[in-house]
Amino acid sequence: MSLFNVFNTAGSALNAETIRLNTTASNLANAESVNGDPSKIYRARHPVFQTMMDNSATSFDQQDAGVGVRVLGVVESTAPPLMRYQPDNPSANKDGYVYSSNVNSIEEMTNMISANRTFATNVEAINTARDLLLKTISMGH
Amino acid sequence: MFENIFGIHEQALLLHGQRVGILATNLANADTPNYKARDIDFSAVLAHSDAAPLPLSMTQASHIAITDSATSSVDLKYRNPYQASLDGNTVEMPVEQAAFSENNVRYQASLGFINGKIAELSLAIHGQ
Repeated sequence: MSLFNVFNTAGSALNAETIRLNTTASNLANAESVNGDPSKIYRARHPVFQTMMDNSATSFDQQDAGVGVRVLGVVESTAPPLMRYQPDNPSANKDGYVYSSNVNSIEEMTNMISANRTFATNVEAINTARDLLLKTISMGH
Repeated sequence: MFENIFGIHEQALLLHGQRVGILATNLANADTPNYKARDIDFSAVLAHSDAAPLPLSMTQASHIAITDSATSSVDLKYRNPYQASLDGNTVEMPVEQAAFSENNVRYQASLGFINGKIAELSLAIHGQ
């Protein structure tokens, strides 16, 4: 019965959104980290989602028409690092420059809100499926 | 007498149950690039499941008998987005949420009708 699939589907989404929240937390935590070498700076990480859906299933009564979402991988942002002149910084290079991470804090905040919303929606889907199943089990009582 | 006791609600309950799964898949993939939201044309599927399939006459031993799954499979359709997004994803959260809660209400309505019928029969059996 398809109602049980909701737990797998929404559960995979909860997992994927958790990973997204984790990368956001990691990015925000390292937003202000600096390094004298631009190749050693922290680069913003973003997960890439991929649907686990079997595209060959065209009919809704095929059990595996949809089985949720997974994180295909985590990619690092290629945005250029921010260069600042801070000769008193212990990690500054010989010219007195430090390179800060290429994390865009505003982008991360919006990402966090989006992940939060999707997470809440999927929790709601699980709750709804559970309610419907419980009501179906008690059918006739 | 008891063959079709719950009327259309028996099929409707099954279909609504399957639609919960389809809509949950859309909700789960709300942030997946290039995911296309899917749904079923409910009234078309219900009309299809209600009608008995026409039998195929088998005049030779090599003919393949028609099966239930071959006739009852109705295509999953792709949803037309109101506004396409840049990453190719066609899930529009409010649309999916509205469809999800509508389906939820319809499921519970069908369940309510079935429960009513059961109570009715129970009353007739027990006589009190």
